[in-house]
Amino acid sequence: MSDIEQIPVTMTVNGKKVQRFVEARTLLIHFLREELNLTGPHIGCETSHCGACTVEMNGMSVKSCTLFAVQANAAELTTIEGMANADGTLSALQEGFRQMHGLQCGFCTPGMITRAHRLLQENPNPTEDEIRMGISGNLCRCTGYQNIVKAIQYAAAKLNGTEFQEAAE
Amino acid sequence: MIPGVFTYHRPSSVAEAVAILANHGDEARPLSGGHSLIPMMKLRMAAPEHLVDLGGIAALKGISEDGDTITIGAMTTQHELIGSDLLSAKLPIIRETALMIADPQIRYVGTLGGNVANGDPGNDMPALMQCLDASYVLTGPDGDRQVAARAFYEAAYFTALAPEEILTSIRIPVPAAGHGYAYEKLKRKVGDYATAAAAIVLTMNGGTVGMCSVALTNVADTPLFASEAGDILTGSTLDAATVKRAVAAAEAITQPASDGRGPAEYRTKMAGVMVERALARAAERARS
Repeated sequence: MSDIEQIPVTMTVNGKKVQRFVEARTLLIHFLREELNLTGPHIGCETSHCGACTVEMNGMSVKSCTLFAVQANAAELTTIEGMANADGTLSALQEGFRQMHGLQCGFCTPGMITRAHRLLQENPNPTEDEIRMGISGNLCRCTGYQNIVKAIQYAAAKLNGTEFQEAAE
Repeated sequence: MIPGVFTYHRPSSVAEAVAILANHGDEARPLSGGHSLIPMMKLRMAAPEHLVDLGGIAALKGISEDGDTITIGAMTTQHELIGSDLLSAKLPIIRETALMIADPQIRYVGTLGGNVANGDPGNDMPALMQCLDASYVLTGPDGDRQVAARAFYEAAYFTALAPEEILTSIRIPVPAAGHGYAYEKLKRKVGDYATAAAAIVLTMNGGTVGMCSVALTNVADTPLFASEAGDILTGSTLDAATVKRAVAAAEAITQPASDGRGPAEYRTKMAGVMVERALARAAERARS
């Protein structure tokens, strides 16, 4: 299908500038996974419900299955691959998910962490309700969300320099 | 799920966008946030040959106040509506409604213009715009025209918007300071369309209703402006008998489908319940 028009796109992904030619219909999730080999963002429902494909774009959490790569031209993107600290150690959120058992099968985790990152940027000290509403566009079928909420609370406490107190159950 | 092949256009002005649409007629579609259109394209239920991305047109963004009218650019996102101090002060029902649409990720991208122009009866903003008596500015090759939200919707996905026109902004008369408001939406889960929803704006003078406007979401193939229900309530003290008559008048104009959200009779009743709840909350919020 070489007669389909190829459109140049340039974007900054995890701090690195990339340039490619894409078909207009190429979805951002396919561009990230297949062109850039960034397979952290997952393809779950493909209908913008599950949030597994969530990435950060220009300071917004977006579902990359419902955007064309051409719409991300000139954008700054961060995927789960760009979430660790600059020295390679785990970010507060990644550490929280590990410490609080915020994942079981791990399929939703890249989207959860990417989304929670933006949530904590906008609201550094969220209540439990605000966390639950903040991740309401991300589905997890294993954990029942309890430990994901705790993981985000752990990260918020760590970033705020306060002690994380696990609520009694 | 990969959409069919299309030619991508990214104009930088409304005039340029309109010219592209005029050239291609029915084969072209404007793309705003894309969170209704792209899923349809992935399912191949929509297959436009030309996609006109409005994302590069700066003039379509922003919220401004001019006298007693607030104008919202069509490409303003739900997230931007939620964060607007001007809207929180003057038209708080917009924030309340936007927060019930889809989920955070979708609200960063989904736009007010796309939500009202698409003609999907499940969308929440069309009924709210009817409740607020908003007008849509439609820009075509011959310039602008304004169509009232209450006259815009013809059937599911059929509106007064011509193929060569773009809905460029939404103009909303600011309700009186101290007005009461509520958007009540029954839904099965976050991200779902309404089983039934009701928008209400009213003013109170002492214990009497000064004006009252009622509109309904997703209980017919268009949003519904419930003018009779509003008329019944206007001038009343919101006594139980009058509220009951108004709820019955609102229920009477519904024509919901029986679907996964419930049988038609249930959805009609839920529209009534949403009206009753929205009315109670709006009255509580109104300053008299």
